[in-house]
Amino acid sequence: MKPSAKQFVPFALFALALVLVQSILRATGREYCLTQLTMSLYYAIVVIGLCLVMGYAGQVSLGHGAFFAIGGYTSAVLTTHDFSRFNTTDWAGALRQAHLLVAKDDLYGNQVVTASPWAAFLAAMLATLVIAGLIGYPALRLKGHYLAMATLGFGLIVYKTVLGTALFGAADGINGVPEWNLGFGLTVSGRSALRVENYYIAGTLVMVLLVLLRNLIHSRVGRALQAIHDRETAAGAMGINTAAYKLRAFVLSALLAAMAGAFFTHYTGGIGPSEASAFKSVRYVALAASGGMASLWGVTGMSTLLNYLSLRGLFGSYDNAVFGAILITIVSLAPEGPLKPLGLWMQTMAGKMFGARRVEAAMENK
Amino acid sequence: MENGSLALQYLLSGVTKGSIYAVVAIGFNLIYSATGVLNFAQGEFVMLGGMVAVTLSHFVPLPVAIVGAVLIVAFIGCLLEITFFRKLRRHSVLHLIIITIGLSIVMQEAALHIWDEKVRSLPYFTGNEVSSLKFLGAAISPQVLWVLGTVAVTVVLLHFFLKYTLRGRAMRACSSNPDAAMLAGINIPNMRTLSFGLSAALGALAGCVISPITMTHYEMGAPLAIKGFAAAILGGMGNPMGAVAGGLLVGILEAFAVSRLPAAYNDVAAFVVLLLVLFVRPHGLFGRPGGESVREH
Amino acid sequence: MKTKLLLVAGACWLSAQLSLPCSAAEEPKPIKIGAIFSVTGPASFLGAPESKTAQMLVDKINASGGVLGQKLELIIKDSSGSPEKAVSFAKQLIEEDKVLAIIGPSTSGETMQIKKLCEENQMILVSCAAADAIVNPLAKYVFKTPQKDSQAATWIYRTMKEKGITKIAVLTGNDGFGASGKKQLEELAKTEGIEIVANEVYDKQATDLTDVLTKVKSTPGVQAVVNWSIVPAQSIVAKNMKQLGMNIPLFQSHGFGNRKYVEQAGVAAEGILFPAGRLLVVDELPASNPQKQLLATYKKDYEAAYKEDVSTFGGHAYDAILIVTEALKKAGTTDRDKVRDAIENLHGLVGTAGIYNFSATDHTGLDLTAFEMLTVKDGKFTIYKK
Repeated sequence: MKPSAKQFVPFALFALALVLVQSILRATGREYCLTQLTMSLYYAIVVIGLCLVMGYAGQVSLGHGAFFAIGGYTSAVLTTHDFSRFNTTDWAGALRQAHLLVAKDDLYGNQVVTASPWAAFLAAMLATLVIAGLIGYPALRLKGHYLAMATLGFGLIVYKTVLGTALFGAADGINGVPEWNLGFGLTVSGRSALRVENYYIAGTLVMVLLVLLRNLIHSRVGRALQAIHDRETAAGAMGINTAAYKLRAFVLSALLAAMAGAFFTHYTGGIGPSEASAFKSVRYVALAASGGMASLWGVTGMSTLLNYLSLRGLFGSYDNAVFGAILITIVSLAPEGPLKPLGLWMQTMAGKMFGARRVEAAMENK
Repeated sequence: MENGSLALQYLLSGVTKGSIYAVVAIGFNLIYSATGVLNFAQGEFVMLGGMVAVTLSHFVPLPVAIVGAVLIVAFIGCLLEITFFRKLRRHSVLHLIIITIGLSIVMQEAALHIWDEKVRSLPYFTGNEVSSLKFLGAAISPQVLWVLGTVAVTVVLLHFFLKYTLRGRAMRACSSNPDAAMLAGINIPNMRTLSFGLSAALGALAGCVISPITMTHYEMGAPLAIKGFAAAILGGMGNPMGAVAGGLLVGILEAFAVSRLPAAYNDVAAFVVLLLVLFVRPHGLFGRPGGESVREH
Repeated sequence: MKTKLLLVAGACWLSAQLSLPCSAAEEPKPIKIGAIFSVTGPASFLGAPESKTAQMLVDKINASGGVLGQKLELIIKDSSGSPEKAVSFAKQLIEEDKVLAIIGPSTSGETMQIKKLCEENQMILVSCAAADAIVNPLAKYVFKTPQKDSQAATWIYRTMKEKGITKIAVLTGNDGFGASGKKQLEELAKTEGIEIVANEVYDKQATDLTDVLTKVKSTPGVQAVVNWSIVPAQSIVAKNMKQLGMNIPLFQSHGFGNRKYVEQAGVAAEGILFPAGRLLVVDELPASNPQKQLLATYKKDYEAAYKEDVSTFGGHAYDAILIVTEALKKAGTTDRDKVRDAIENLHGLVGTAGIYNFSATDHTGLDLTAFEMLTVKDGKFTIYKK
């Protein structure tokens, strides 16, 4: 399909929205709200990946919190664990030359040798690739609820493992994770001075991933996934290697979740076992469902909005109840996601205000 | 402790936990069999049964409190089905499952705000906190026998109901061939409601009978649901006996894992075994092969 | 095309949402104190009483005129035990509400996640969590109110030695509280002459612990069991031990500090030994005890206001508010650095957990005398007498 300028309009609008929001916040002196927005954008990445798996490949995964945690914990452990013991070996010297291992002072003035954030990130991606592949390969041959159970079980294994192991900080998790110098003068960090920069880093990451996914969906791979979603046996009969496509979708979504985890961990400076819990995994599924499982924009919007409100404590102690209620409402009334009905509603409203025929004409003209 | 009675003690310990998982798994299994829906709120029915019974037990004698709790929760189950599932038959089963997830979240929060975060429990049905029955050098609390007894009676009654009564056979017909069932004049929506109500009732009964052992608190539903789900899958969905076997197996696996590994990893071990079983034999140990796809309903 | 319209509309709506007030407008008059508690979630047994206590105390202080002629405004955020929420709320309290000090969080894990943040932003943090790592290494602005876990462990070990116990089993829950206790018990065992022959971590949501206890029972030479966890496991361990016929002494942690836990363990609670603050046995204290009046008043007020038993956990929040208000009075100003200095100069401050003596090197303020060894007799807490 020939790419046309029209396809990039939604992305341009997204970028515009990002800038608009930040400017309004700066103008009203509420720029601190960017913190919660940044965190929500990172969580949205997990849900976007899940959208690929659930909405397009039609598989249920109740274990994506575990992938977020694998990404986050790998980054956290490698950048906080002291490797001084190995400092004198030859390969340590080589790693230092490659800037993969760094020596620095920790919070209390002691010298420690840790991996650099980039090295840790690459390790996290690699680990996720391997683990997702190992789990996905047998799991994706299961159907429906068996897959749900397998991913749930996998998530639980990861959760209990990080919870029970001292290396991963056990119940307290890992804190003191350093900032991540991305190069080009950009740093992933929680410092308030870098707030705006980090907001745009998160926003850009989301946008880039959305572009990539959108291209994927409109390619042969995407159409194959769609076919598998609709009627798996028919797709198989047509010669589509269903297992391979499902696995790829699964692994890709896992990598997205791990990426989000790594960035998030450097942003907040720490991670805890709760990120791997079934509760979180279920929450991601719920967010994907409430955004309309196959609608990338709906999913991005819904998850950013809901997580933002939750992180700001808007619902206080009723956070979970509100969340559950929204989930039930949307899935009951608008299983395709809120964008279509919202769009229709806005159309009707606009029609009432400006005259139906004019609105219709404007809609048809593009 | 000599080796024989040690092994027996671990076994009894596994049976204690396993019976708890089994009793949750039966409820899971029932709704799945009748409607194809995985009810993630099953754990909350168990929790509600215990909570309501504890509250009632302040006003009426224990057996009355239990009966009351079972009826109230059964009613809630029917109400939930009518409100959320009856109108939504055009939704895919995946969406329905997600709705049960939402329901379990809301029910948990409602329990937190109606009662509070404190832990409570029913008194032991026989004996008290320290009584135990001993045989061959191993000990078990008498309450566990109550749980096992409840499981046994439930399975027998369910079997009888599903095989020999008209309603029960109608329920089985609905799950195996809804279109034919409809043509035969069976009121499918009512059957679904019945299955939800029955499952909720079983869950509530479970909640009452395990309360002295596990203590009842607003957060107990979710971990129980996960274990119950695992047990039902391990045993094979669609078979109440399988659910019981699955539950006992998971419990015993955990107990023996403790004997070998640090206790922190006991359910990791159980879940690893579960995953292996799933990969090799997805329909579980006693289920029918030809795994049903959630999507193709 | 429709998507375009939607997105722009959505962006406008989102920005309208965000321009809504994010928090109460800042008034010059009240002194703002922020609080992060786990009112709901897995640590609710800590956060719920802490939140209630804090609110009750602030209302009481305001009713008698406030501090330095200004009313106190308490902003409570419920983190549900989730560290990312704790981080988010901490940033809100620091940057948006610009509070004088932050009380809480309830758990050590959350506190550690925001410790650096508060220190960098020079925000006073008076944590209600017990982990040693909160004040060691020392951070200028970070304090904590509960007794040290190491002190609780020391009391347990000394009582054991008096009873002639040298070999023990340690059972801990897999949460932050359990992990901290495990660490202290392991570190202090050698110096106190105790040998740990069995050491197990269990799932705090466990429905039954007979398997873990079987493992302990089968380990030769165990003379006592130390259980370091929270409800419901505390009660389950007590019951299971008796059901398995294990008649060796059971020591619990100061997490056992609520009468309800005794009720739940029923008959099995008899004889349990644990270190705790004196709040639980206030009626037994002699009139000359410096803490008696404060504890009796707190207990009376709390139980009247909330119709539930008082617990030592709520007391941590009480002490935190007390520390901040006393420091305010001492400093005579709401300048944060001066208040911080004043905290370090608090001596002999009577709180619920003990008598606080802060210094530049001690940000916990309590020593071993803050604890009393308690036991359960006839279903009630009483001071353990040798």
